Formats: sequence, structure tokens, C-alpha cells
Amino acid sequence: MRIVVLVKHVPDVAGDIGFAADNTTNRAAMDGRLSELDEYAVEQALRLVEQHGGGEITYLTMGPEGAVEALRKALSMGGDAGVHVLDDALHGSDAIATSLVLAEAIKKLDWDLVVCGMASTDATMSVVPAMLAERLGVPGLTLAGRLAVDGNTVTIRRDSDYASMTISASLPCLVSVTDQTGETRYPSFKGIMAAKKKPMTTCCLADLGIDPAQVGAGAAWSVVDAATRRPPRAAGVVVTDEGDGGVKLAEFLSAGKFI
Amino acid sequence: MALNPNPDFDLFRVPEEHEQLRQAVRELAETKVAPRVAEIDESGEFPQDIYDVLRTNDMHAIHIPEEYGGQGGDALAACIVIEELARVCMSTSLIPGVNKLGTMPLLVGGDRDLLGRYLPQVASGEAMFSYALSEREAGSDAASMRTRATRAGDDWVLNGQKSWITNAGISRYYTVIAVTDPGAGTRGISAFVVHADDAGFSVAPPERKLGIHGSPTREILFENCRIPGDRIVGEPGTGFATAMRTLDHTRVTIGAQAIGVAQGALDAATDYAKQREQFGKPIATFQGVQFMLADMAMKIEAARQLVYASAAKSERDDPDLTYFGAAAKCFASDVAMSVTTDAVQIFGGNGYTRDYPVERMMRDAKITQIYEGTNQIQRVVIARELMRAR
Repeated sequence: MRIVVLVKHVPDVAGDIGFAADNTTNRAAMDGRLSELDEYAVEQALRLVEQHGGGEITYLTMGPEGAVEALRKALSMGGDAGVHVLDDALHGSDAIATSLVLAEAIKKLDWDLVVCGMASTDATMSVVPAMLAERLGVPGLTLAGRLAVDGNTVTIRRDSDYASMTISASLPCLVSVTDQTGETRYPSFKGIMAAKKKPMTTCCLADLGIDPAQVGAGAAWSVVDAATRRPPRAAGVVVTDEGDGGVKLAEFLSAGKFI
Repeated sequence: MALNPNPDFDLFRVPEEHEQLRQAVRELAETKVAPRVAEIDESGEFPQDIYDVLRTNDMHAIHIPEEYGGQGGDALAACIVIEELARVCMSTSLIPGVNKLGTMPLLVGGDRDLLGRYLPQVASGEAMFSYALSEREAGSDAASMRTRATRAGDDWVLNGQKSWITNAGISRYYTVIAVTDPGAGTRGISAFVVHADDAGFSVAPPERKLGIHGSPTREILFENCRIPGDRIVGEPGTGFATAMRTLDHTRVTIGAQAIGVAQGALDAATDYAKQREQFGKPIATFQGVQFMLADMAMKIEAARQLVYASAAKSERDDPDLTYFGAAAKCFASDVAMSVTTDAVQIFGGNGYTRDYPVERMMRDAKITQIYEGTNQIQRVVIARELMRAR
């Protein structure tokens, strides 16, 4: 089974995040990490290969130079190869352009299954998996809380607040997974050392046959007008109990619709 | 004259892969171990769940070579795992620490048959290894030990006791140093592997200690404990030398533990000082507190560099490892005690309570000045090596 796993390098929320003059994330200035939701995609792909006693996993990312760290982190958890789509013209791409580029990159690989995280933890558009399935012309099984592959059939379970749905499709198809799919592994020392030797390829828009006019800030279907860092959490309300603490607590809870 | 920085100058820089390992261990420690650490300290029970987490993530004995099913972690990797675990929970850091200590005599001895018999089980996590050198009446004066191994046909029969054995009762295997030839001094001492289920082997109730409550420490007893001849590690009479060479390597890991707990204390104290307000300002704005934090940070960094340099020497098996191992352990553990004590001071009254982690870190740090050779013995070793060199 040949699996392509999509990964994204996103700002580490513990660090400094800044916005550039054009309202894009200032990626050069930030500490980045492999998106946590993508770790679940990596984990599911690794489990599928383990369960089936074999298979190949290629990680794919689109991003500036630093994005290669997401590939390295994924490879240190397991898997076989990394592909990085790197091109200055991609700066400011929206989800539509992102899905175009990733689809073209996937088409250059041999694959049976694409696994993604349900959304990125920075933009959280959560539409790229569905857009990709559309562009690739394959079934898209999104928001999987459980994933299994048996022969040619992929089955997922999607859990919502009111129902659990079991959905299946044939390979080739695309799946996006949630954080309910199970704990992700930490990289092992052996995995970290082995990751160094795994093949990494870089490609640009020209390699994918994509016209730069179709991507980037200029091609975006929407424009970011303003972006500001969310203010730090306030200290909270402190109530001194002068015999009326219970009443004040009840008022606070009911104002917040907790009771 | 223009500055010509060379970003590829790799000396005195921890390799990227080791920093990635550090990240992985730190995340595991912060998400899986940290929530349990206070409870582990209060309950005094070996944290089997934490052991299982380490085992699942191959961090319980990272030093086991790949040919025996292990991760093949070098000495620096082993130190970093121990350091990052100790930063959160000293008791937990003793799992990889003592697995390394217990298996080191086999690695130093180099007998492939023994290694093949035991190391795979440690790598897989099904068995842990403890190390038994000290006795009630033979601590710093290890060579005055009395536990006896007497020949009986092809077997050996052990009689005596060993004290202060970390993870006794949990470990399946024990490397035991015993006297085989009473007249021959240190050349009359040999090393053996004893199994927990050997007849005549038993463990005493756990010691009630100041700290590292999550790591059981017990006396172990040998009453006509009979073991087959193939349990000997190396030739008869080499046990003391093996034990000493083992300590040269593993003292570096105690240094790693010490810098870990010190770093944890510094991180906690710094965060606290930034939040705690007195006289209308965070106490971190007062130079008195700043100077304390600065001194703590400098000492930790100096200790860290010494421990890492010693780890490199351990990996190369350098002849001056005896000196460096002792120096790293002694310096780092003194730093750990000083830093954790100052951390309690910075927390003030709060630091004296169990609601904050620093009193536990101080209690835990103390043992690093004592085990694997007291810091007095370390100084004896350092002075001896120093004088030998001149």
C-alpha cells in the first residue's frame, strides 16, 4: 500500500507569532512545528503500514524553506520519503491554490491512499482535504475518528454530536483524520537517526506545470484585511467572600450560561 | 577586518538529532510524566504506568545497542533522555539510569554470550536490571565488602547482602559484585548476574527515604543462593575493576540527572519570580533575585557542558574518563543541591509547601551527591587522577 501523508509546518503557539505588512504570518520570525492535527495523520499511516506488514509512506508539504522541518519530524516518527513544494510565488496562497498545488504534486507520485489532518492548526480552513479529493477525482472520507483498510476497501467512522457514521469507499481515496484516532507516537532515537538518511525531494511550480498566476496572494479569492494577535488571557474575576460568595459565584456562572 | 561567521562550525554544539531527541523526551515528560509526579512522590509507589509509557516510546533503556534489539543510543543520547526526565521527575529518570547502570558491567565485560542472553529483554522492556555493589558496612569502602560467592561444582553459592539497591523488587536481573577469593583484596572480587527468581534471593522492605520516593530502594539478601557458573561476568577476580569502570561511565548519567533536576528548579523559580508580586512589582525585577537566578543559570550551564564533554568521553571510552566522570558527577550534583535550595528560597514560604514542586526537587537532588560514590569519594578519585597526571 502506498500512502501519501500531507503535513504542514505551522507556528508554535508557545512562541512569538507576528504578522507581516501584507497580513500573512511572518514565518521567518516564528518557531514552527509539525501541525498537531497532522501528527494524527502520520500516526494513522504508520499504523496502517504496521498492520498490513508493509507499505510505503511519502510525506508531502507545501511551504517556505522552514517547512522541511515538518517533513523531518514526520520522518523521525517513521515513513520513507519527503517531498517539499517550495516556490516564492506561493506566498499568500489561499486554500484553493493550496489544494491545486498539492493535488498536482500528489499526481506525480504513485499512491493508493492520501491521509490528511482534518485541518491545519493555524488557518483552520479545514477545506483542503475535501478540495483535494475533488481535484484528484477520488472519494473523500473526511473527519475520521477511526480508520481501517481491508484489501481495497477503506472504512472510516465519523463521530458527530448526535450520530456516528460508518462510511466506506474503494482505493484510491483520500481520508482526513481527527484527534480522536488515537495517541500519536514520539520519535525514537533510532527513528531520528534514520530520518537523516531518508530521501527528500524539493520541487517548484514549474516542476508541477503550474502557472504562478494561479497561486499566491494575487490569485487569492479572498483578502485578509487585518490580522492581530489575540490578547493574552485576562487574570479573571476575583471575588472576596463577605458571606455572599455563593450568590456571586452563582451569578457569574449563570451570566456565562454555565448553569 | 570583517567578521566571517561559519554557521557550519560543529564543535561544542549538540548535534541536531540529539536536540530532536531532547524535544521528544521533553514533550513526553511534560505531557505524560508531569501530571503524575506529585502523586508518585506522595504515594511512594513505582510508577508502572510511566514505565509502560517509556517502554512504548523506547526511552526506558536507550543505550542498548541495536544488535541486541535496542535503540543504539550513544552516551550523550542516554544523558539527554535522563536529563529531560529528571527535569520533571527524578524517580522516573532512574528507570533508564539504572537500566544503564545494571547492564553496564556486561557491556564493559564484553561477553557476547551474556549480552545476547540479557540485553534483548531489557531492550524490549520485559526486564529491568539493577546494580548491587554497596553493603551495610561497605559503602565508600566498597572493596571491604563481605558478600561471598563460593564455588560449588560448576555453580556459585552466594551469601550476604547488598544495600541501597535501586529498583530492587522490580528488576528481574541484578548485577552483584561479590568476594570470590577473600585473601586477594580487589583482585578477589567477581561480578555475577542474579535472577529475581533464584532460590535463596530475596528483597527486604523498601527504605523510607528523603526523596526519589517513586524509585524503590531495598536491601537484597542472599542465603545460600545458588547460581550456575555461566552467570559470572568476566573472569573471576575482575569484578572490582568491572564495577569501577562501570561507575566511570555511569557517573556521567548521574551528572545528567543532576543538571536535569537543577534545570527544572530554575525554570520553576524563574516563572514564579516573574509572576509573584511584592512591593508592587514582580520579584523578578529585584536585583537580589536576579543575581540568584543568574548564578543558578551559570552553574547549570557550566555543569551541563562538563557532563556533555564527559558523555563524549564515555562514548569514546577515553582513558581520562575516570577523572571526567567523577568531576561531572561531583560538580553537577553540588550544583543541583545548590540550585534546588535557592529555588525553594525564591519561592519563599510557598516553596516550603508541597503545593509547589521545588521542595520535592530539593529532596530529590540530595541523593545525587551521595549515590554512585559520595562526592567525597569523587574528590578522592579526582585528586588521585590529578596527581597521577603530574
